[in-house]
Amino acid sequence: MSLRNRWRKFLNVFMLAMTGVCAVAAVSILFLILGYLAWNGWRSLDWNFFTRLPKPPGELGGGMANAIVGSAQIVLLATLIGAPVGFFGGVYLSEFGGRGFSFVVRYVADLLNGVPSIVIGILAWTVVVVPLHRFSALAGALALGLMLIPITMRQTEQFLRDVPQSMREGALALGASKWKMIATVVVPAAMRGIATGMILGVARIAGETAPLLFTSLNNQFWSSGWNQPTASLPVMIFSHAIAPYEDWHRQAWAAGLVLLLLVLLANVAARFILSRGISAQRGYL
Amino acid sequence: MVTATQSLRPQAGAGAFWRRLVNGDEVARLVTLAFASTVLLIVAVLVFELFRGSAVARHRFGWAFFVTQNWDPVAEQFGALPFIYGTVVTSAVALLIAVPLSLGAAVFLAELAPQRISDACTFLIELLAAVPSVIYGLMAIFTLVPLLRDYVQPFLGKTLGFLPFFQGPSFGAGYLAAGLILAVMICPFIISISREALFGVPREQREAALALGATQWESTWQVVIPHARLGIIGSVFLALARALGETMAVTMVIGNDPSIRASLFAPGYTIAAVLANEFTEATGELYLDSLVELGLVLFLLTMVINALAQLLVVLTSRRGSAHP
Amino acid sequence: MSSSSDSELTVGKPHERPRSHAGAGVRLAAAPPKMRSVNLNFYYGAFQALHDISLDFHTNRITALIGPSGCGKSTFLRTLNRIHETVRHTRVEGRILLDSEDIFQVETTTLRRRIGMVFQKSNPFPKSIADNVAYGPRVNGVRRKTDVEEVVERSLRRAALWEEVKDKLRESAYALSGGQQQRLCIARALAVDPEVLLLDEPCSALDPIATAKIEDLLFDLKDQCTIVIVTHNMQQAARVADYTGFFLLGRLVEFNTTEVIFKTPARKETEDYITGRFG
Repeated sequence: MSLRNRWRKFLNVFMLAMTGVCAVAAVSILFLILGYLAWNGWRSLDWNFFTRLPKPPGELGGGMANAIVGSAQIVLLATLIGAPVGFFGGVYLSEFGGRGFSFVVRYVADLLNGVPSIVIGILAWTVVVVPLHRFSALAGALALGLMLIPITMRQTEQFLRDVPQSMREGALALGASKWKMIATVVVPAAMRGIATGMILGVARIAGETAPLLFTSLNNQFWSSGWNQPTASLPVMIFSHAIAPYEDWHRQAWAAGLVLLLLVLLANVAARFILSRGISAQRGYL
Repeated sequence: MVTATQSLRPQAGAGAFWRRLVNGDEVARLVTLAFASTVLLIVAVLVFELFRGSAVARHRFGWAFFVTQNWDPVAEQFGALPFIYGTVVTSAVALLIAVPLSLGAAVFLAELAPQRISDACTFLIELLAAVPSVIYGLMAIFTLVPLLRDYVQPFLGKTLGFLPFFQGPSFGAGYLAAGLILAVMICPFIISISREALFGVPREQREAALALGATQWESTWQVVIPHARLGIIGSVFLALARALGETMAVTMVIGNDPSIRASLFAPGYTIAAVLANEFTEATGELYLDSLVELGLVLFLLTMVINALAQLLVVLTSRRGSAHP
Repeated sequence: MSSSSDSELTVGKPHERPRSHAGAGVRLAAAPPKMRSVNLNFYYGAFQALHDISLDFHTNRITALIGPSGCGKSTFLRTLNRIHETVRHTRVEGRILLDSEDIFQVETTTLRRRIGMVFQKSNPFPKSIADNVAYGPRVNGVRRKTDVEEVVERSLRRAALWEEVKDKLRESAYALSGGQQQRLCIARALAVDPEVLLLDEPCSALDPIATAKIEDLLFDLKDQCTIVIVTHNMQQAARVADYTGFFLLGRLVEFNTTEVIFKTPARKETEDYITGRFG
């Protein structure tokens, strides 16, 4: 074999092996992160973590109960704001939309989706924090809710479109009006996918930190309402990680582990639901 | 026969019934239309508020804002250049590292791996995209930064120290750290979209190259990848847009120093990072407006790049070929 | 044309009926047609798919529409309950009358209660068997549980499906076989008690046994409603239909009793199609 051919053969094996290395590296990052968080965070996860308020640096036994509740509070309100808007908007795009207007809406929704979350935070700041003169859970929820809208809108539209036209015609042929057809046949048929999309969207906003930094801010104590600065898990992780206290670092690891597990669990559950749904409904696909 | 049946026959008052039904559909259309239009409203308000909120700074500094190096809140001197520089440098470093790595992984997953392994790996990689930014930051602060400070950067300084990029003291935190963590964060996007683009290349293309005696690598590198280039480039633009706007992980490891230095070891600042750190501290209208103007810049930048990315990805899926 | 033609109809199944029929004229009903199309033209955008279709659908008779693929018979069927309006850029000229009422002046939801449709590929909803059949009545205002259950049972009996599913009404419709699903769709269509039933190649995806069951069913249903069936299977038309219309390239070439169409067609194109020279 000539030298050139030997080189080509070598290069072939080498480069293909390199691609394998890249793939292995990419996949192992996930396990690295999980492993590291588990190793460092697990030891700090105790009953105190889930039930106590943060203690001043130097004092042991503090927790992040307020951050857990605060996150739940903010994410819940954000979902109540964003999910219905996204859902009904998606229904419009799939079932009613005129050609030109739908294109514009879709384009703008994708644009909104690509806006950095910190800029959305600025928007919520100007719209809620400035007029009310205070940081609040409400502002944080608005910021996250705004982020949820384009996600759920496109997901809803996608899954509604996947429902076969024959099903719509079947309902219309029985004398159903259009909105009844949508509500009683099309939406239920697409419900699994829509719900999955929502779960994924909520998981995404639950992990967001930047939009909360100057909307809901943070709070070392319980917040007494929607109109107060409120602690949240991501912001707590951030503030504890950059602080110079060893104890706070351990708290940050623990909180990181909790947050990551929740987000990953939601993602895996969503995919599982979706794949079960597809195989169960093979009958009409 | 039965009352149930007879109730289905058309009623005498068909006119009123008719009107109500039509309204039902109309109402549904209008209500859902209103909800769909909210995205238009949101973006309009966003753009409006970004312009209005930066008015004072824009009028005071004008275009000089983008070339002024000085960021001094005390002296009320605000220049965007350090942040633009930092954003560009960290994104460039991220792309330089992420693109070859991701493309390699994508090639492996699309061309070499058996279907089930490919799907399983892709699933895991897509899970990476769901990891919150602050978690990446957490990892970076406590693992990446010490690693860079104690091993990698001294090594680079010794071997490549003749280049201005690798000179100077090494604190760990800085452009390189931020660029590296960004690279890790954008890999899933490039891998997943490039894999799809590679799948889209028709098998005949590959087979034609192989039939002419090319090795598998040569066929991949010289035929398949060029064929999928539109989708791959699209994925890179998408990743770039994400890197530009990435806030938390970068903030935690960039060093927060609004200055411009050539060395990658040096601490710096990005637009997103300064917004995260200083927005709540900003006193005075000029300070705040300067920050909002930075937000406006970030918004416009990501919007343009995202639009380009979408265009490329759409073109690929529509044509399925490399030819524009 | 004596009106006692109805007594000619025997109760047996199509394949059991004596082969000899009365002459062409006896079968023509004296009553006005249930549905009638008058100079119907249909356009997909600029393309004209149907040219000047005029024909009558006689009450309590089965009319078959036959012709090669793409001849417009399905397009025509879909105008009869205005389901073509779900597709954009379609336009209709001419009139279609239901009991002398122009269907384009009636509200679609009302119209579609009177004219039911069964589609080519069965399309049960992702609901239980009972909920599928109950969908039509529920959407049209039937509320009481007992009324609904009664309609469901009656419709499933009319569709000859009751015995097979009566113990699994709560199960998903997708658990049924293809033939059963199609009969379920027929039951679903019957549940709103339509005066006219449109069937678009209902047996094309089914095996011969399932097909025979459905054909028997149609014969039984004829007494209660007027049936229009599109089929690419000529033998089916010959077995089942009282009247047959032959479509070609968007035009109605010939329309007459099935006997005449198949034995003594007037047009050469009809004869060519019947004898299998094309299509």
